[in-house]
Formats: sequence, structure tokens, C-alpha cells
Amino acid sequence: MTTTAANSGTTAKTPTAKSGAPGAKLNMKDRYRVMTRDLGWEPTYQSREAIYPYVEYEGIKVHDWDAWEDPFRLTMDAYWKFQAEKERKFYAIVDAHAQNNGHLHITDGRYLSALKIFLQAISPGEYAAHRGFARAGREFAGVGTQVACQMQAIDEIRHAQTQVHALSNYNKFYDGFHAFADARDRMWYTSVPRSFFDDAMSAGPFEFMIAIGFSFEYVLTNLLFVPFMSGAAYNGDLATVTFGFSAQSDEARHMTLGLECIKFMLEQDPDNLPIVQAWIDKWFWRGFRVLGLVSTMMDYMLPKRVMSWREAWNIYGIENGTALFRDLARYGIKPPKGWDDAEQAIDHMSHQFMLAFHQWNFGTSFHTWVPSDEDMDWLSEKYPTTFDRYYRPRWEHIKKLEAAGTPFKNVGLAQLCQTCQLPCVFTEPGDPTTLCHREVEYKGEHYHFCSDGCQDVFDNEPEKFIQSWLPMPHLFQEDLAGSVPDWMQWVGLINDTDNGEYVGSGDEQNFTAWRRQTTSNS
Amino acid sequence: MSKVFIALQANEETRPVIEAIEADNPHAVVNREPAMVKIDAEHMLTINRESIEELMGRPYDLQELQINLITLSGNMDEDEDSLTLTWNE
Repeated sequence: MTTTAANSGTTAKTPTAKSGAPGAKLNMKDRYRVMTRDLGWEPTYQSREAIYPYVEYEGIKVHDWDAWEDPFRLTMDAYWKFQAEKERKFYAIVDAHAQNNGHLHITDGRYLSALKIFLQAISPGEYAAHRGFARAGREFAGVGTQVACQMQAIDEIRHAQTQVHALSNYNKFYDGFHAFADARDRMWYTSVPRSFFDDAMSAGPFEFMIAIGFSFEYVLTNLLFVPFMSGAAYNGDLATVTFGFSAQSDEARHMTLGLECIKFMLEQDPDNLPIVQAWIDKWFWRGFRVLGLVSTMMDYMLPKRVMSWREAWNIYGIENGTALFRDLARYGIKPPKGWDDAEQAIDHMSHQFMLAFHQWNFGTSFHTWVPSDEDMDWLSEKYPTTFDRYYRPRWEHIKKLEAAGTPFKNVGLAQLCQTCQLPCVFTEPGDPTTLCHREVEYKGEHYHFCSDGCQDVFDNEPEKFIQSWLPMPHLFQEDLAGSVPDWMQWVGLINDTDNGEYVGSGDEQNFTAWRRQTTSNS
Repeated sequence: MSKVFIALQANEETRPVIEAIEADNPHAVVNREPAMVKIDAEHMLTINRESIEELMGRPYDLQELQINLITLSGNMDEDEDSLTLTWNE
């Protein structure tokens, strides 16, 4: 007698079982063949070109679609079984979180800012990835690929849903969670991941796979989901750890799919190499810029921190990325073009970005604060060559102004990068006291960029990126006419409630008062 | 030489899995972090079904790993008896 989940383990010991006989079980490789390849057929009513019109226009040459194999060899029947178990575990824990005042078990109310950014910026990206994989599954011509894309499309919508469900418990008690869907489309800092996903979804199917499957999943999601979720555990957030690890259990499969896709393209035809390399260069840099948001969450928003952004980068960026690109060197792939600039930026980006958030915090649907002395000491220790020299003096200055009742608020609008849509707040590689700014004239218009990496992306596809919707110019268009209160209403931001300083906010007052009630009867 | 890795949720289901990986891969380094265990190994890591079954005392389907898997790195190959991660160099 075996458990259901153990069936294939048991059958492996009985190789004499004949396929086709009642009750006979196939081994994993045969099952994968029968449940994927055998589902395909050669079309006769229509040509393959008519059915799959997009597989060739990017220039990728494919000679044998059957060479694409999912190394997990996951079939739909097993997929449903394991995903159902993940969902049962997830909802049991989310129920327990809600039933046991989970919203009061977090280390500090400041932690909520990280969750708000996650919900506004990342969860809608999961939904976008769902749509993208549903499309890619239709457009790829191989059955193995189609099945893997179908699974990933379902995974991604599950991630969006479980994240919204888990965080809805916080929305019952705290500010800034309620308008994430509007924020996704309209808010200045969430337009960064939005533009990343819109760019990927409007690309061809192979480029989409490089953008999401390879750069985002393989190279970058480890930085988002692994140390940050471990951080959520450290900060007492049962709900987020649960959705994070539940999602990440799918990501391992997605990463594998991304890596398989890249190997598949490179093995199919040597002409694919320059196309693939250009996509790697582009999407590494696009992803790296999106991760700027994550760097602030890890260094500044977790009251109890597991590791710094720099330490996470050392493990998941340098060590893992180097191993990967060393492995792909056999095909002629080189590390992404922006790799060295990224390394230079690591010790600066979270500080530069957090200082930007703080001075524009009238326009953020989360709270910011000046780091405590203890937090600044931690940052000095983690960033020994940069924090005390460049960033502590700025925070000390801001602290002094706030103590004097004259806080600095930047009411000017940020210059946005045409490619990544981040404000141009980053410095030149190798020169942390000079702002990095690039400008290009194209068809009589001026376009601005935060970095060489972003300018390169534009230079390669100007007709795509001149169409970018940018949140700052929109403020001056007809419907808003430059009115900040109208803009706040339009993005779903409630002034003096969702935005501004953490100290003195409704979130701080409620968290402190409710937490006191947990150990008192008065 | 490059390192492959696998990270699993820290729970009762993965305890014997991690123990089996440690026993079968003497060169592997086990890092215990909040809520998760990350196992690094130079060049190659192998997870054997039989070693896990021995410790669990019940039949085990290697695909069950997916429930508690957090992340991995390296070229992967899986059949019913083992899962391997490798970097080619």
C-alpha cells in the first residue's frame, strides 16, 4: 500500500509492468512523452506557418522542436496534484494568520512599507506574467514548450491571487494597500515594473522567454523571493513567507524552463547566438533596474534584517550569475554588457533610491522614515566603503531638518528615464558624487536616461520606446493639468493617510495601540 | 569551479530529504537560514530517492520535492531515482 504521491516511486521498482495493461504505470520519461509529445499532431487543414505566425519573425531558427524537454518532466496530472497540495497548505496558513491576529505579530509597523511595495509593484507583475505565458504557450510551435508555458501561465495567476489574498488581511487594518491595481498603472514607482512587463509582453515569444523565463526568473527572482522571504520569516510575517515560498516552489520550475529555453535556442542554430546575446544584455539591465525597488526593501524596510542587499547580490548575483555565464560560455555567450556597471552600483543603489523615496514621500502609497542610529550603524557595517562617506551625512542632515520642524520635501518632479522609468537618481559608475544622465535626440525630440544600459536599450529599439507612457508627463496632461490633489485621487492615494512619514502616521498609532492591547485587558 | 545549489523550506517533510542529501554529497555545505535550508555544492549535487525513502520509512516520489522547493541553480536532470544539478565547465 502506498500513498498517492508515492505511486511513481513504487512503480520504478516494477519495470515489468507493461504500458497499456490495466493499472500499469509508466516511468517518468515515458509518462512525460505520452502526456506531452503525444498530445501534439501535425496539422493538415492549415500550414504550421499560419498556425504559429510569430515563431520566425524574431530571426530565431529552430530545426527540431522535440529537442525541447522539461527536465522536471512534469505532466499535467502531476502538476494539478502538487499545485493543489501547495494551495491547501497556503490557505490553511493564511486562515491561521487571520484567526490569530497575524497582523500584530510583525516586528514593527515599518515592515508594512515593504509589503505595500510588494503588492503595488510585484503582484501585478505576476498577473502580467500570467498573460504573457498564456500567449507564449499559444505561439510556440513545440508541444513540450506549450505544456510548460501553460503550467507557468497557471502558476503566475496563482501567485497574483495568493499574494492579494495573503495581503488582504493587512488591508483590513492598515493604510496604503487598497488601491494597488490603480497604483500599478499610474503610480510613478510602479510604472517601473509595469514597463518591464509591458515591454516583455509586446516582444516576440522568444524574447519574452528571455525577459521573464531567463533574466527575471533565473538571474533575478532569487534576489527577490529568497532573502526577502527569509526576511519576512524573521519579521514574524507568516502570511508573506507562505505566499513567497509557495510561489518560489514554482519559480524553481520557471528558472529551469528559462535556462532550457536559452540552451535550446543556442543549440538549434549558431545564427541564434547574437540575437540571444543582445536579449541577455537588454533584459539583464532592465531586470537590474526593477530590482532597485527590492534593494530599498531589504536594506531599509525590514526592521529585522537577514542580509544586506550587497550580501544577497554576492550570493545570488555574483556567485550564481558567474556560474551560469561560465556554463553558457560553451555556446559563446558572454556575461551581460551591464554586468560591471551593476557591480559598481550595488553599494549605492539602495541608499540613493531610499533617499529619493524619502524626499518624494508625499507621493508614495507607503511610509518612509529616517533610519535610526542603530540602523545607520548596521548600514555602515554592511557598506563600509560607501555608507559613512556618502549617505550617512545626508541622512543626518535630513534628520536635523526634521527635528527643527523644517523637513525637506522635494516638490519638483523627477526626471524619469525613458527606458526603465525610474527617476534619474543614480550616479556615474566609479563616481558616486556625479549624477548619471544620458540624453539622446531622436526625430527632433529629446529623451533622457539614467544609465548607459538604459540608453543602449533605447538606441536598439527607439520606435518602441518613444511610445512609453511616463507618469510624470502625464501629470501635466489634460485630465490632471498639473494638480497634485487630482493626481492623488487618480492614483488612489489618500493624502496624510497613505503617504508621508511613518512616525505619527495612522499605521504607527494603530500598530502601537493594538499591540499594547494584546498584553493588556484595559 | 562553480557551485550548484538547492534551497528547501525548513519543515518536517524536508528534514529527512536534507539529511539524505548531506549523506550522499559529502562535499555539500548546508546553510540553515530563517525558514529555509540552502545546500551548496561544488560542481554537482545528487538527490537519491532511495536514500530519502530509507530515512522516511515510506515510498517517496522525487516530484514531491516540488512542494517544498524554494530555488535551485545548475543544469537539472530528473528521473524517478535521482535528481542531479550540474554546471558544465
